[in-house]
Amino acid sequence: MKITLNVNATPHDLELDPRTSLLDALRDHLDLTGSKKGCDHGQCGACTVLVNGRRINSCLALAVMHEGDEITTIEGVGTPDHLSPLQKAFIRHDGYQCGYCTPGQIMSATGMLNEVAEGWPSNVTADLEGDTDLTREELSERMSGNLCRCSAYPGIVAAIFDAAEEDRPGADQKSIEEKRVAAE
Amino acid sequence: MRSFEYIRASKPEDAVRSGATIIAGGTNLLDLMKLEVMTPETLVDVTRLDMKSIDADDDGVRIGALVTNSDLAADPHIRRDYAVLSRALLAGASGQLRNKATTGGNLLQRTRCTYFTDTSQPCNKRDPGSGCAAIGGKNRILAILGASEKCIATHPSDMAVAMRALDARVEIRGHDGEIRLATLDDFYLLPGGNPEKETILGEGDLITSIHIPKPEPGKHIYRKVRDRSSYAFALVSVGGVLGIEGGKIAHASLAFGGLAPRPWRNAELEHALVGQTPDAALFDRAADILLADAKGQGDNDFKIPLARRTLKAALRELTGVSQ
Ligand SMILES: Cc1cc2nc3c(=O)[nH]c(=O)nc-3n(C[C@H](O)[C@H](O)[C@H](O)COP(=O)(O)OP(=O)(O)OC[C@H]3O[C@@H](n4cnc5c(N)ncnc54)[C@H](O)[C@@H]3O)c2cc1C
Ligand code: SF4
Ligand code: FES
Ligand code: FES
Repeated sequence: MKITLNVNATPHDLELDPRTSLLDALRDHLDLTGSKKGCDHGQCGACTVLVNGRRINSCLALAVMHEGDEITTIEGVGTPDHLSPLQKAFIRHDGYQCGYCTPGQIMSATGMLNEVAEGWPSNVTADLEGDTDLTREELSERMSGNLCRCSAYPGIVAAIFDAAEEDRPGADQKSIEEKRVAAE
Repeated sequence: MRSFEYIRASKPEDAVRSGATIIAGGTNLLDLMKLEVMTPETLVDVTRLDMKSIDADDDGVRIGALVTNSDLAADPHIRRDYAVLSRALLAGASGQLRNKATTGGNLLQRTRCTYFTDTSQPCNKRDPGSGCAAIGGKNRILAILGASEKCIATHPSDMAVAMRALDARVEIRGHDGEIRLATLDDFYLLPGGNPEKETILGEGDLITSIHIPKPEPGKHIYRKVRDRSSYAFALVSVGGVLGIEGGKIAHASLAFGGLAPRPWRNAELEHALVGQTPDAALFDRAADILLADAKGQGDNDFKIPLARRTLKAALRELTGVSQ
């Protein structure tokens, strides 16, 4: 089947077997190997990408069903010279050991922070109609779809908090930067 | 995965194709297709159909079949007036899955019985007449209520439990274009001698929306017990709405997950609660009624006391009575 996939703001014409998952299309046909295959069954989050700004598991998606959608992969959130705030924070906080789950963690955290900004509640939110505050408990719950076999969770959590602080409306960027320099 | 023909539906009529299987979020169907538990020859992608709105008014809410689990859980009307539904959705799966999973697909997700997904094992649900490997096998997650000698699978959905407690009805568009409504009680079939037939849906039937009447004012909870605190299916869950007036229970609707082949509800239990002053003895009586016909299968015997304790904890939380 001939389809066009919009990945990282670039249209790609592809000829695909309808069975091709979005993950396999990205990795095997577009050579975007940042998205990883852990379980291929929606159980680990290594394959997380954004579709129209929302995080999904690309292993449980058919590429042909995503024609017309805006797909963002880890390759689209930053480059080695221009890392995204989350990517920088993962480096600063050692948010990985082997690094296999890292692209999925970063894509998931990117989507998750948007969800928090939109005021979505989670399973641990006490008041469904109240404000959404990214506490430690909230962070763990919202990121539970991403497993880390190396158990680098403390670094992952610290990195996401750090990047989230920078993201917060009215955040004092200067003092955040000063704190970082001091820490380094 | 077996090969299939892919068709993109642009109008509901396109979904009515003989032998075709509907795909929405794909989070359950693709999983099962990879395992070759499901082997459709034709897939009809319904995701471009106009079934994505949530319409709430004073009487109730109509939820399009393609509304994602995350949009539904975050909807302001659902959070305010149907909180048990938000809670149940948020207790299920992961952030990524909820962004893809749809309302219609969630209702129709298949059991997590490990023999059902293992094509080397006998399973009456997957391969009618082959037997049930779970009876006498590993059945820790399986049913203690409503099962049959042919199948002891549980329905895994959290969302459906909340919908059952909320008296939801499923709107179905038949192959002839006719629209009909079914309560979840009618919609889901018990396994009996034909566990392969799980719902009243026939060929060419499309779920178009879910209708939920506005619940009476009361407290909403969804309490889910599972092996880890997130991203795991329920071993036992209780969801419902309960109202108290003048110190007595004025109304109660409760549904249970993890116990049975469909979201479970027991009218006698609710009847026993209404008009009573909540206390520990009443909660015990309610649990007796729920579990009167419960039957363990070995590995899952623990679900009987667990269901009792979970129901009692839910009732304590719903009534505010801790003794
Ligand atoms: C790792 C993992 C963990 C999970 N944990 C939980 C959990 O804790 N709790 C929980 O409740 N669920 C859980 N789920 C299941 C998840 O909720 C379902 O996979 C999802 O809701 C299915 O929705 P879908 O739109 O992706 O369905 P699909 O996979 O697209 O479809 C499922 C079935 O519904 C049919 N169908 C879909 N839409 C329609 C329609 N409109 N009309 C007629 N037929 C239709 C399809 O033909 C198919 O048979 C989990 C899933 C995974 C992979
Ligand atoms: S319990 Fe049902 S689904 Fe599981 S093996 Fe037996 S027949 Fe199959
Ligand atoms: S590879 Fe997709 S969730 Fe594991
Ligand atoms: S860093 Fe190795 S799996 Fe997470």
